[in-house]
Amino acid sequence: MLSRCLVVMALLCAAFTLPLKSFAQQSSPAVKDWPDTDPTRSTADKGKPMPVHDISGLWSGLWGKRLGAQPGGVQLHPNNGKPENEPPYTPYGLQLYKSHKPLEGKDQVSPAENNDPRTKCEPLGFPHANHYDLGIRIYQDKSSVAMLYQYDNRWRIIWTDGRPLPKLVDGGVEVNSGEYREQRYFGYSVGKWIDDYTLEIQTVGTMPEDHVWLDNTGRPISDQVKVTETLKRVDYDTLEWSETIVDPKIYTKPWDTMKLDLALQDPRVDVLTRYCSPIEYQKYNKMFGDSASEP
Amino acid sequence: MKKNRLPLVFALVVGLAVSVPLFAHHGGATLYGDQTVTLKGTVDTWYWSNPHCLLKFNVKGDDGQVVQWIVETQAPNTIYPHGFRKDSFKPGDMVTITLRPTKNGKPNGALLRAVLPNGTELVWER
Repeated sequence: MLSRCLVVMALLCAAFTLPLKSFAQQSSPAVKDWPDTDPTRSTADKGKPMPVHDISGLWSGLWGKRLGAQPGGVQLHPNNGKPENEPPYTPYGLQLYKSHKPLEGKDQVSPAENNDPRTKCEPLGFPHANHYDLGIRIYQDKSSVAMLYQYDNRWRIIWTDGRPLPKLVDGGVEVNSGEYREQRYFGYSVGKWIDDYTLEIQTVGTMPEDHVWLDNTGRPISDQVKVTETLKRVDYDTLEWSETIVDPKIYTKPWDTMKLDLALQDPRVDVLTRYCSPIEYQKYNKMFGDSASEP
Repeated sequence: MKKNRLPLVFALVVGLAVSVPLFAHHGGATLYGDQTVTLKGTVDTWYWSNPHCLLKFNVKGDDGQVVQWIVETQAPNTIYPHGFRKDSFKPGDMVTITLRPTKNGKPNGALLRAVLPNGTELVWER
């Protein structure tokens, strides 16, 4: 009887202690401070084999030449007047571009004259978010990839469960052969793994051209755009992010806009938030911006 | 009214400088020229705020006229590691400010360097 009791007690002890032990193994080690983004992009795991179908992590484009900020326009084609960087505008696209008064690029105007939606704290939308102060945290599970953008704490979901890309219809998208969904600032995205380390994403159903721009320099983008991205893990701590836009309303042919390396960061970094607050921005303009930008 | 003219009599340093805002809604190229100017003045107010911290200070010219300058720097979380604090500037402090004036001749600019009454130097210059 005694031995049976001891066996039961031992089993109970094991039942309670094993989960605790495995939880302890999964939890992160204690952190004494608040780790910061590492501009030298070195991580403790550098050189490790790449995980298959896994791009999760904190990735920063804000290092080295700070290409991820892209203040002068999309990374592959800054808006600097060079012929090779001029977009293949349709007549409507060019007309639209000329109506924009940006704060950056070769046609920049003073703050008092600008009509950039972001200066009213409007959402950047997609794909503009890919061209603005890039730092991103990626979480994923079996059916989706979540991308968290550091600017304005925006996020998007890319479905990787095999569902089809929605069909573009006037003012929105159609799903499930007859159901309507409204336009969204980040559109509707589906992704598929084209090899062990590369996720291809397609996105449609974004906002129309009176709401969003392609980049800070006033290049336009319409709700007819189909954006194709590839997120390719080229080594353990480097993620190559490419983007091509097909927008027949604005551009006469597909246009490659980004091929940017992001660096894997310490996952414990608490990323600085970058909000656009209308109250703070109005106060700033009243005290400084309006006077500083008077002709 | 000479309010809109730079009080060049106080310009101690003039040179070339390049400053790229870390995070700004405006492009610096349209707003600021290449000159830098150093002014001595008295702190009116230090605004520790987003999207940019602002320093309002008064500069007395040779003619006795006081010009109120407002200069901007970056957001608190950007300049904090460079020594700037919410109480770095107090009303009445005599400070020496190096700045890039706006092109329009208004008494506005981008703060590059500040020397506090105790000699502490605060720098945000990129």
